[in-house]
Amino acid sequence: MSEKLGTDSRCEQTGDEKQDTQEKEAVIPERAEEAKLKAKYPNLGQKPGGSDFLMKRLQKGQKYFDSGDYNMAKAKMKNKQLPSTGPDNNLVTGDHIPTPQDLPPRKSSLVTSKLAG
Amino acid sequence: MAGVAGGGGGGGGGNDFQWCFSQVKGAIDEDVAEADIISTVEFNYSGDLLATGDKGGRVVIFQREQENKSRPHSRGEYNVYSTFQSHEPEFDYLKSLEIEEKINKIRWLPQQNAAHFLLSTNDKTIKLWKISERDKRAEGYNLKDEDGRLRDPFRITALRVPILKPMDLMVEASPRRIFANAHTYHINSISVNSDHETYLSADDLRINLWHLEITDRSFNIVDIKPANMEELTEVITAAEFHPHHCNVFVYSSSKGTIRLCDMRSSALCDRHSKFFEEPEDPSSRSFFSEIISSISDVKFSHSGRYMMTRDYLSVKVWDLNMENRPVETYQVHEYLRSKLCSLYENDCIFDKFECCWNGSDSAIMTGSYNNFFRLFDRNTRRDITLEASRESSKPRAILKPRKVCTGGKRKKDEISVDSLDFNKKILHTAWHPTDNIIAVAATNNLYIFQDKIN
Repeated sequence: MSEKLGTDSRCEQTGDEKQDTQEKEAVIPERAEEAKLKAKYPNLGQKPGGSDFLMKRLQKGQKYFDSGDYNMAKAKMKNKQLPSTGPDNNLVTGDHIPTPQDLPPRKSSLVTSKLAG
Repeated sequence: MAGVAGGGGGGGGGNDFQWCFSQVKGAIDEDVAEADIISTVEFNYSGDLLATGDKGGRVVIFQREQENKSRPHSRGEYNVYSTFQSHEPEFDYLKSLEIEEKINKIRWLPQQNAAHFLLSTNDKTIKLWKISERDKRAEGYNLKDEDGRLRDPFRITALRVPILKPMDLMVEASPRRIFANAHTYHINSISVNSDHETYLSADDLRINLWHLEITDRSFNIVDIKPANMEELTEVITAAEFHPHHCNVFVYSSSKGTIRLCDMRSSALCDRHSKFFEEPEDPSSRSFFSEIISSISDVKFSHSGRYMMTRDYLSVKVWDLNMENRPVETYQVHEYLRSKLCSLYENDCIFDKFECCWNGSDSAIMTGSYNNFFRLFDRNTRRDITLEASRESSKPRAILKPRKVCTGGKRKKDEISVDSLDFNKKILHTAWHPTDNIIAVAATNNLYIFQDKIN
């Protein structure tokens, strides 16, 4: 495939070139990396840029703590412990009711920057 | 097309400069507090002031010392001028949203009087800060004592005129405007217009236009939020006003496209005037293609004729008159293409690198990993990789070019891809508007380098 400056990069493939490409798949580093990723995570969706992915990005900073839910759940469960989160405090599933302990404490940084020291 | 990877020929990037270490600011601790991580760096229009913002919501401004004949070695050093807490952590109770105090961007206003003004923003609120000097104090008031206590008016028998006496310089920062409640999503960019009266702020889905004097109103000029959020395919990643044409601005997307909009054509600029996108080679498309094409920064050249975009692996220069492809492409760290799987797993593939032009638009700079940063000379097509490290921090020491080796045989002084420290990222860099002085933020440290000839 010749690469001329200024031409459209879209390339048309003949039969010979198609086979070439298939052989190249393993050689193209991105494709090899993709294969590695899919081997590790077989359930990975096809398109990474989909709306789920972007929505997660848009929701950064969301902390779910509803005092009503929390107190009602506490009342229902009485003495039993509320299910606690796993290692990931920020992802909330349908079952889990966040507790005040789950929410990461708000950091305070009201000290002078070390750059000014 | 320029596509030189690594350090070709060891030549200096940027018109044969020799970059020397000048200063480093910040603590040397191994344990870096999150609040100390620098999140933005910006020179003002004259280059005499250099502002940094950090994750702790603090702004530190450095001022360049005047050249002093008796101390020739302090050749324009930057020292602390002012520091203040710009933003504090907040919690939006209605939406259960924690609002970080991290300063996303700082943009200076052109200087119009003795005071300096800058805009600083976190995810939700933009603030206009006034930084002013006070070097005189009035003494000899009639109605109060020297220590401020009110005097008994019936005891005053004579009048005097207060006189101004010099005092130690005091630099005060005060918030003059607070522009709040206009962004549902997270602000990624602010840009002051060339009219010096308005500015834009952009979040993931919307761009708003503000007047610097008016805080209770802003105009929405771009809205890409789909009616049904399930149809969301791309977000706005950066936006900037044209340096000379006050009606023109651009915004980049997570899909690697740039839209140029003209505010004269309609009030809501959802329809672009120009659409910049490099055609993709379908045979090389992969799972990672869209992620690495996401543009993390867009900057107009000083001339206003070009713009530069930064995506994960490269920097591209676009001619505003040509929408179908960039005129120049520079590979920043092409060797990472065969590491995309691990970079996706450790989230580094989502790192947002910035880029900048030098004053004459002849050179560009951007950061990389392992505290490396890259400079490209557009004229000679030469490039150089340098490192911001305490080891190369002797005063006026010339920086040695660095090289990453990808193949099997590692030469002496080269570093292999697998030894790179991906926690040492240089995301924020700035170039002095006229001189060859660069500021590089390496996590919690700010490095300043100067050209030897300077």
